[in-house]
Amino acid sequence: MTGYLIVSAVLLTCGVVCMATKRNAVGVLMGVELALNAASVNFVAAAEFGPPAAPVQSVAGDALGIGLDGQIAALFVIVLAAAEAAVALAIVLAFFNQHGTADVDAASELRG
Amino acid sequence: MTGADVLFGVFAALACGGAIGVAACRSVARMAFALVVCLSAVAGLFFLLNAPLVGATQLIVYVGGTVVLLIFGVMLTDAGVGRRMKIGLLETIFTTLVAAGLLAALGWTAVGLGRAIPGPPTFAEDRTEVAAATPDTLRPVGLKFLGFGGASRTGFLLPFEIISVHLLVVLIGAAYLARAKRRVDPEADATRDTASDVSGANP
Repeated sequence: MTGYLIVSAVLLTCGVVCMATKRNAVGVLMGVELALNAASVNFVAAAEFGPPAAPVQSVAGDALGIGLDGQIAALFVIVLAAAEAAVALAIVLAFFNQHGTADVDAASELRG
Repeated sequence: MTGADVLFGVFAALACGGAIGVAACRSVARMAFALVVCLSAVAGLFFLLNAPLVGATQLIVYVGGTVVLLIFGVMLTDAGVGRRMKIGLLETIFTTLVAAGLLAALGWTAVGLGRAIPGPPTFAEDRTEVAAATPDTLRPVGLKFLGFGGASRTGFLLPFEIISVHLLVVLIGAAYLARAKRRVDPEADATRDTASDVSGANP
């Protein structure tokens, strides 16, 4: 469990660094994908190692895990990441048609 | 030191190395390749975690679809296989500090949680215990998706339908957003008007 959590921590940190430092919009998107995968690893590790899921009538005081719902959450993350990547690519393309560059620092119209 | 531990070490090293490569590379094409390595290693971790459906979905949808979409984004926006975007030294130092702090906090939490939560099932000599420790998860997950929740009787049929419709709407919207627009250009308008006068075509 500890090893998986540490891998997830490394992935999330790299994703945040990507989102913060990349000046290319596609690089920022890759950072988002890394962070989403970190969350998926956590979900699946909790499904495997965590306490069992709630039965129909849970005994009060038991630690209840998520069971297989962790894997389903990871599947939802994968599908929604595909959708997010499609929309983000469309937005980046529109931005590129407007500005002629994919540099996120060029989006300064709303600066006060 | 079992075979599973060795495999976990390999996949964890690949995943962390790929992630660090994505964060460290300046060239976008190298970043995309590192991302492929990292996501494939994460799929391997899913297989090790007794989640074959999630691992296969990760390989097919994520590595086969999403990353390819990102690479298309790189090519279409001319982000430049060779073009590099520099950031300032001050930003680099600040980001390194923040990243080190975040990693320390997450690692501390991970170690604490790993102590609090019992680890993987110990593989005893008894085969029945192994079979009980690692149940097959493919069929229960598939049944849960289709609304048969097993013990708790709650499935995920409604979210399943919602994400399918959501994916359709999102793809249509993305195709609409990314359609090729004509540049508003008076000279081009004039030439197009004369062309339509001659040919009667309406582009």
